[in-house]
Amino acid sequence: MADASRQFHERIQQALDDPQIRANFRRAMDGLMHKRAAVFPDADELERLRDLGAAVRRNALARLPDLLERLEANCVRNGMQVHWAETVAQANAIVLDIVRRHGGKSVIKGKSMVSEEMELNHHLQAHGIEALESDLGEYIVQLAGETPSHIIMPAIHKNTRQIAELFVDKLDGVEFTADAEQLTAIARNLLRRKFYDADVGLSGVNFAIAETGTLVLVENEGNGRLTTTTPNVHIAVTGIEKVIETLEEVTPLLSLLPRSATGQAITTYVNLISGPRRPGERDGPREVHLVLLDNGRTASYADPETRTTLQCIRCGACMNHCPVYARIGGHAYGTVYPGPIGEILSPQLLGCDQAGALPGASTLCGACGEVCPVRIPIPKMLVRMRREAVNRDPASAFRDSGAQRRLGEAAIWKAWARIHATPGLYSLVTRTATAFKKLPVLGPLKAWSSVRTPPRTAGKTLHQRLAARERQS
Amino acid sequence: MTEQGTARPRRVYLFGTCLIDLFFPDAGVDTVRLLEREGLEVIFPQGQTCCGQPAYNSGYHAEARAVARQQLGLFPGDDPVIVPSGSCASMLKHHYPDLFRGEPELAQARQLSARVYELTEFLVRVLDLRLDDLGPPQKVALHTNCHARREMGVAGDAERLLDRLAHVERVPFERQTECCGFGGTFAVKHAPISAAMVGDKVTAISAAAPDLLVGGDCGCLMNIGGALERGGSPIRVQHIASLLWERTDG
Repeated sequence: MADASRQFHERIQQALDDPQIRANFRRAMDGLMHKRAAVFPDADELERLRDLGAAVRRNALARLPDLLERLEANCVRNGMQVHWAETVAQANAIVLDIVRRHGGKSVIKGKSMVSEEMELNHHLQAHGIEALESDLGEYIVQLAGETPSHIIMPAIHKNTRQIAELFVDKLDGVEFTADAEQLTAIARNLLRRKFYDADVGLSGVNFAIAETGTLVLVENEGNGRLTTTTPNVHIAVTGIEKVIETLEEVTPLLSLLPRSATGQAITTYVNLISGPRRPGERDGPREVHLVLLDNGRTASYADPETRTTLQCIRCGACMNHCPVYARIGGHAYGTVYPGPIGEILSPQLLGCDQAGALPGASTLCGACGEVCPVRIPIPKMLVRMRREAVNRDPASAFRDSGAQRRLGEAAIWKAWARIHATPGLYSLVTRTATAFKKLPVLGPLKAWSSVRTPPRTAGKTLHQRLAARERQS
Repeated sequence: MTEQGTARPRRVYLFGTCLIDLFFPDAGVDTVRLLEREGLEVIFPQGQTCCGQPAYNSGYHAEARAVARQQLGLFPGDDPVIVPSGSCASMLKHHYPDLFRGEPELAQARQLSARVYELTEFLVRVLDLRLDDLGPPQKVALHTNCHARREMGVAGDAERLLDRLAHVERVPFERQTECCGFGGTFAVKHAPISAAMVGDKVTAISAAAPDLLVGGDCGCLMNIGGALERGGSPIRVQHIASLLWERTDG
């Protein structure tokens, strides 16, 4: 739909026009790139680790149906309840049902991008249930009534002063302080009580281990551990692609994820969740539910090329290193997953009508592919999804293929192909173009010339000059 | 990637690229001069047009294939194909096999891909080019194209060549490895982002105050050069082939 594409361009322009956005992202991304580089000092070791991480993820996806069955069986054996959801509506209904069965009024949440995909907070609130984010960044974003602008650092678009102002504005009895530690303490004190009062804790999952039925959850604030242990019921929501086979395979992924994401050797907390409180145990939830969401992932899985998208471990390194993301920030994309991974994942999940313009917002510079810890060929996938966006293909696994095709543009490419596939025609066109020193500043050259002098054609083409040279010799 | 010490060929093909053809023919002619001075016969098939990358990157793969198909037959035999652009070289070398997957020309495309060299890669790794610098002292900033850096893996070769010029001082600038914002049709489709990127690039280069900005790709050079000129900067841009030739042509 032309609307989604137009709105994307409008949001980009708004972001570019906002010096605060530009400055906040540039500073944050510079810091993250620097930290990542510092924690991977040995290039060879990094490449070996990436090979390993990619192999683990590829092998897991190669046997996805089998591993999911084993995951379910072993989680059930551990006393968890496993739920399958094909759509976000189903996933929301499952979560709501569990909360209601326990007469729940409030849900405390650890960070979960899948719950963002589900727009779970809205859904619960619409049914009279409070959903409170406990990850500091998510808490800030929720207070501001916004969405995350980064998958790891949801409030990265705000600087400390903006957060301080938000706290003064939204929280009772809070005095202005621009001290990050004091701001953290304010949020911590407010949230602490909520963990005990909440009926249900809801979290995401970083890795789900098939052979042991274990859910791995990494975090830095301890809120994940509180969310998954304090309330009586823990619901974990995750995409079906997060499964890996063995506990051993977590090791390379745990080495890669925090290093790639925030430049940490390891997160402050690594939670391995293997079921509810057992008889005789004094703490832990009495029920653990795992909700496995498809939401379009099966379509990605069906094609070996797009399946690589599902290798993602959600570290955010691709956005941290993306020169486009650094300039427009996460909100401009208008989707749950921003940046390079979002540009390839969103059209797969949402279809080309809604998200088909996203992969166009890349220079294909390859910085994302260079840092991806599991070697997703993101640049190649950007081209693939561009192809999906402009070619109507009934056999396509993705919704609305060809939705971004414009008649005018398609006609230009057709003409372009005709000229460049016909040497005689090409010769005529280039000789004519070089006859004018300056090309007319029309159409695409107008956009180009807004900040650059228009390109000047040479007096004679290379073809002409080398032909003349050959005649002379 | 090319192995060091590949046997020195007698003859090479030049794939000139469409941007050089129209806007920077000097870079093409200087490439020929450099190669001929090394005793190589350079063949420039006149039927060549464009590698097809603009359409390929825009998702119009049937159109890209039609154009690529026209190039495939022009470089028969086993002679290396030299491309004075990392981006076009990468299209020929790394993307043709994808573009022709499942097509009858796949074998031919692969046979061509295997012989493709980016210019600086060829000069350093195959010819081990020695340069007798006759030029005046000059401060040069080098911008390496992203495909040269990340797809061809040849970023070091242009640096090596500049370092072999005795009177050239290579000046670094901030965020040197970041994309300049060209991105082919990106510069037009996302003109505002592209403008922001090239603006930052120009600021970084200007702060380093080189006499000249060189690069191995005319897309980047058009982008950065056009923005430098629009901003009234005295810094000019030049393709590395022209710099190498000018400074060593006795």
